[in-house]
Amino acid sequence: MTTTQPDIARPSAVRSALGEARRLSFWAENAAPIGLLVLVVVFAALSPTFLSPGNIKAMLVAAAILVILGVAQSFVITTGGIDLSISATMTVGAVGFGLAWQAGAGFIASALLAIIASTVIGVINGLLIASGKVTDFIATLGTLSLATGAALILSAGKPIQVTSIELLRITTGSVGVFGYPIIIAAVVGVLGWFVMFRTRFGLHVQAVGGSEESAVANGISATRVRIAVYVISAVLAGLAALLLVARVGAAEPTINTSYLLNSIAAVVLGGVSLTGGRAKIVGPILGALLLTALANGLTLLGVSQFYQPVAVGLVVVLAALLTRFQKK
Amino acid sequence: MTTADLILQATDIRKSFGGVHALKGASITMRRGEITALIGDNGAGKSTLVRTISGIHRPDSGTITLDGEVVSLDTPKAAQKLGIETVQQNLALVEELTVWQNFFLGREKTKGVGPLRWLDRAAMKQTASTMLGDLAVNVPPVGSRVRRLSGGQRQAVAIARAAGWGSKIVIMDEPTAALGVQETERVEQIVRKLRDQGVAVLLISHNFDQVMRLADHVWVMRAGNAVAERRIAETSGDELVSLITGAKAA
Repeated sequence: MTTTQPDIARPSAVRSALGEARRLSFWAENAAPIGLLVLVVVFAALSPTFLSPGNIKAMLVAAAILVILGVAQSFVITTGGIDLSISATMTVGAVGFGLAWQAGAGFIASALLAIIASTVIGVINGLLIASGKVTDFIATLGTLSLATGAALILSAGKPIQVTSIELLRITTGSVGVFGYPIIIAAVVGVLGWFVMFRTRFGLHVQAVGGSEESAVANGISATRVRIAVYVISAVLAGLAALLLVARVGAAEPTINTSYLLNSIAAVVLGGVSLTGGRAKIVGPILGALLLTALANGLTLLGVSQFYQPVAVGLVVVLAALLTRFQKK
Repeated sequence: MTTADLILQATDIRKSFGGVHALKGASITMRRGEITALIGDNGAGKSTLVRTISGIHRPDSGTITLDGEVVSLDTPKAAQKLGIETVQQNLALVEELTVWQNFFLGREKTKGVGPLRWLDRAAMKQTASTMLGDLAVNVPPVGSRVRRLSGGQRQAVAIARAAGWGSKIVIMDEPTAALGVQETERVEQIVRKLRDQGVAVLLISHNFDQVMRLADHVWVMRAGNAVAERRIAETSGDELVSLITGAKAA
């Protein structure tokens, strides 16, 4: 055991990186960026439009919602929990926005109501899991159903048309190839990274996920941390709801199951262990981009929509298998 | 010896759990700058006594005097505030976090303006590195994850953390129980160094050789009472055994 390691010269660092690449753990740690790179190369070779500015822009806009949900899910999964209600929470937010808008509230008021409606679900999740000691899986499965039902009841099962100038601006505005939705998602990503890795709260999230017993012994309130991550997840789901309404042009009470599965898939692709303790933010974001690129590329190649879930499933299962070889 | 030499006096501590009288009026003292060992058979009340001093159990009756003042140690936090730190048997480390993160877990240093605060990582790494380096040789880099450390290194991190807050008393429950010969030797060095820095150490150990090697003073517990005390220089392992079993009267 050495006390301090002398600065290793560059060449040997490169060599060790190459040596590392021969090991499975390297692939497991970097599944998302490598997978994304491979997909981009393959699709770019097969379809000339894949890397056109127009398509890149479309992909990034399409990825925005999943990026936000991936960051949200990452906070929950880092504590060793899971939020199965995340897409239903988003639906509640969307319906909340639609109802407020229909009732004549302005954009800001409707947006706030959307986020508040979502947050309510997050608070219920947090209290059930942290204070009520209900298993995360069961609690969020319950609120998944509750939120879905609530959205259907409140909207009477019908989509609510929303023609808001602000939402239109969000969908159409862009800086270069970066549409406003992906810029919003990027801001969420940066903030999420900062909170997770640079604040006391983020450290406590990782500590509770790593060992709740030790975290509590060091004076951390695991209950408060757990409630907080479910609330964060719900607030971000509410924000994603705005982008969803903007994209669809209506608040739909439909069940967005694919967003739920893809948000978990993005986190798994990002190399986050479902047992908690190891936080990652960039990984899940790359995972979300990968899943979007996969769907986009398959569509461009004319592969039937029916095959897309199969492809997503294969990628996720492969990634999950790879995480077994992650460094301990 | 005058009472001014005593950093801690626990007097006539009683504690029952339901009908079980775990402590029946036990009294011990600890002197400044010394390693005080607490020995006794299983169920003699060592752990319960230590837990009342570290604030986990509230005694039914009796007083604890720290630095000449009667204190109430109702919670582990209260004990910590008064300078009594405990190295838990399970070490209370989070394996997925790094050494410095564990060091400051729950008492992080932050910087920033107003409510917007972020971790002062550089300061925490620096402090953790210094504190660990002062105490132990062969310390791991503070950026490494605890998962990768050996048992002895983990113990070193946990002890250095406990010692690092201007602590007056550090309580250790079987610190070398799970360690090999070499690692035990290293941890014992750390304990000695801690004493040399002026910290009073309360050591629970089942290992008589270790008590004879390490401690300055020893208290023997039997059936809920502290039945004897000895200066290590004036006793032997055989005598301690007979005091524990009751073969020899105090």
